[in-house]
Amino acid sequence: MPELKFTQSQEMLRKAVREFVEKEVKPIAHRIDVESSFPADVFQKMGRLGFAGVFVPQTYGGAGLGQTERAIILEELARHAAGLAMALMTHHLGVEAILAYGTDEQKAKYLPDVATGKKISGLAVTEPTGGSDVAGQLANASRDNGHWVINGRKCFITNSSNAEVNIVTARTGEDAKGRPAFSAFIVESGMEGFSPGREEDKLGLRGSSTGDLLLNNCRVGEGSLLGGEGNGMRMALGLFTKIGRTGMAAIGLGIIRACLEEGVKFARERVIYGKPLAKLQAIQFEIAQNRIDYEAARLMTYHSIGLKEGGAGADAEIAAAKYFATEGAVRAAKRTMDLMGGYGVINEYPVGRYLRDALTTISCGGTSHIMQIIVAGQTLN
Amino acid sequence: MGELNLVVLVKPVPDPSCYDRIEIDPATGALLRQGMPAVLNPADKHALEEALVLKERFGGRVAMVSMAPDSASETLMEGLAMGADEACILSDRAFAGSDSLATSRVLAAGIRKIGPFDLVLAGNESADGGTAHVPSQVGELLGVAHLANVIRMEVGPGGSVTARTRIENGYIEVRGSLPMVVGVRREINTPRYTSLMGVMAAQGKPIRVWRSEDLGVNAAEAGMEGSGMRPGKLSRPDYRRKGEILKGSHEETVRRIVAILRAEGVLG
Repeated sequence: MPELKFTQSQEMLRKAVREFVEKEVKPIAHRIDVESSFPADVFQKMGRLGFAGVFVPQTYGGAGLGQTERAIILEELARHAAGLAMALMTHHLGVEAILAYGTDEQKAKYLPDVATGKKISGLAVTEPTGGSDVAGQLANASRDNGHWVINGRKCFITNSSNAEVNIVTARTGEDAKGRPAFSAFIVESGMEGFSPGREEDKLGLRGSSTGDLLLNNCRVGEGSLLGGEGNGMRMALGLFTKIGRTGMAAIGLGIIRACLEEGVKFARERVIYGKPLAKLQAIQFEIAQNRIDYEAARLMTYHSIGLKEGGAGADAEIAAAKYFATEGAVRAAKRTMDLMGGYGVINEYPVGRYLRDALTTISCGGTSHIMQIIVAGQTLN
Repeated sequence: MGELNLVVLVKPVPDPSCYDRIEIDPATGALLRQGMPAVLNPADKHALEEALVLKERFGGRVAMVSMAPDSASETLMEGLAMGADEACILSDRAFAGSDSLATSRVLAAGIRKIGPFDLVLAGNESADGGTAHVPSQVGELLGVAHLANVIRMEVGPGGSVTARTRIENGYIEVRGSLPMVVGVRREINTPRYTSLMGVMAAQGKPIRVWRSEDLGVNAAEAGMEGSGMRPGKLSRPDYRRKGEILKGSHEETVRRIVAILRAEGVLG
C-alpha cells in the first residue's frame, strides 16, 4: 500500500492557504466567535483565491482541483477558525449540488458567482422533524401554472442568513411504490415568499450563521428544479457523504491540530516545579494522545477522500473518518484543557473555543450515532 | 513604451520561523543552511509584487533570477505561483562562498543572458546576509541607473520613473528613466496572496538552471576566489535573561533596583 503523500502542488497549496489563514483569519478568530458573526469580507477574499470553487472546473471560474485539495483548505482554516471553515464547507454543498446535478444553463448561471465567492451558497434539507430522517421532511412543492410553489420551514441551516443561492429540498409527490418523493430547487435570496428566519445562538462554530429558512408560497420557475423531479433524496444523501462528511472530518482534523500545536506550545512555555510542563511524563502522555488522534484522523480523512475520488462508494470509510475526526477533536480539546490547568478555561486562550467548536461538529452532517449506524450497516452487509 | 521586460532578483533564505535551528560553522563562520526550510526572502516578495503590478499595467514578462543551489526550484515555485512567468537559477559549485560583489557579478551575468531588460527589482536586503549591497552593485555592473531603499515607485508610459527612497528622517524623491535597477523596502506594497489558480499555473512554468559556463563567469569572478570579503566572527546572541535575587528591606531593595536600572540606562 503506498504511503499517504501529498503532491508538490498540494503542499504548495497548503502553504499558500496557511499563509492566508494566519494573516487574515487567525487575527479575527476570537472576535467572530465572541460576536457570533460571519466575516463576509474574509469569505470574499477566500473566494478570489479559489477556496470557494476549489473543485469547480476553471471554465466556470473555479480552481479545477479536487476534494483532497478542498480538505486541505478546510483543515488549514479550521486550525484557527472552525466556524468559518463550517461556512465554507456548507457553501461547497450548494456548489457541488449545482455542479453535479445542474443543467448546462444552471451551471452557467450560478457557478461563476458561487465558485468565486461572489455569492454564498448552502443546502437546506433539515427540518424540525429531524436532519438524518431525510424522508420525514414536510416541506412541499407543487406545480402551478409553469411554476413550483414551495412551502415549509427548514431549520439548523448553515449560512441561512448569508447564502444567496440556496439548494432547498421539498416533497413533490410519491414514487411508484407510494413512498414520498423529494426534489431539489435552487432558491435565490430575495425571492418572494422566501426569507431567513430565526438565527440560532450556537455553542460553537460561531463564525458561521445557522438558522431557519422560511418558504411561504415561494414561487420559482421550472428552471429552478435541480437534478430532475424526484431526485432530491438521492442528491441530498450523495452530498452528505461526498461533501458534508468529508468536510466535517477535515474540520475535525483542523481542530485536533490546533489542540496539538497549542498544547505543545503551552507545555514548552509553562514552567512548573522548576521545569517546563513538557518535561513531565503525565503531560507527555496527553501530547502523545493528541498526536495519535491527529495522525489517525489525518489518515482516515484523506484516505477516505482518496477512495471516493477514485470512484469507490467509501460510505463507511467516510462515516468512520467523520466520526473519528470529530470525536477526536472533542477528546483533544478536553485533553489540552486538562494539560493547561486553570489557563484552559480562560477565554484569552483559544482552547475553550476549540472544545465548543469540536462539540458542535458532532451534530453536523450526521451525529456520531448515525455515523456508527452507517459503518455498522456497511460492515454487516 | 511597449511591454516591459521585468527581472526580479530573489533569494531563498532560512524560514524566519526556524531561526532557532540555525547553526554556524565554527571553522568558516558561514551559516549552515542544510536541512533548514527555505522561503523567498521576504523583501523580494515586495519586489515581485511591484513587478507583477507593472506587468498588469503595461504587459510584458516577469523573470525571477536567483543565485542558489538547484534545490531552490521548490522555493522559487512560490514566486511562480504568485505570478512570475519564469525562474532562472544560477547554480554552480564555483559560486559557493561568494561575497555580495561576486554574487552581483553572477546575477548580472544571469540578467544579461535573459536578454534586454527594462527594470530589475530586488528586495533591498536579504533576511540572512542583510548587506543591502546587491541592488546597487548589479546596477553598476549592468551600467544602468540604480536606486536603493525605494518605498514608492511610479513608471510612466514613456518609461519615466519617479521614486521615493527612504532616508533617516524622511524621503528623497528621484526622477529618472528606464532601464534601472531598484532595491525596494517592505513599505512599498503588500504582496498578494498566492491563489489556488496560481499554484496550479506554476506547475507548467519554466525553471532554467544555468551553470558558470552558461553565464560566462570564470572562477576568478565568483565564489571564494572572486570574493574580497570574508565573514568575520559570527556568533549566536545570548538571549538568556540575567537573574539576580535582591535581599534586604523593601526600601533597600527598591533603592538597589533603581540603581541597577540607572546603571543599565533604563532609567535616566
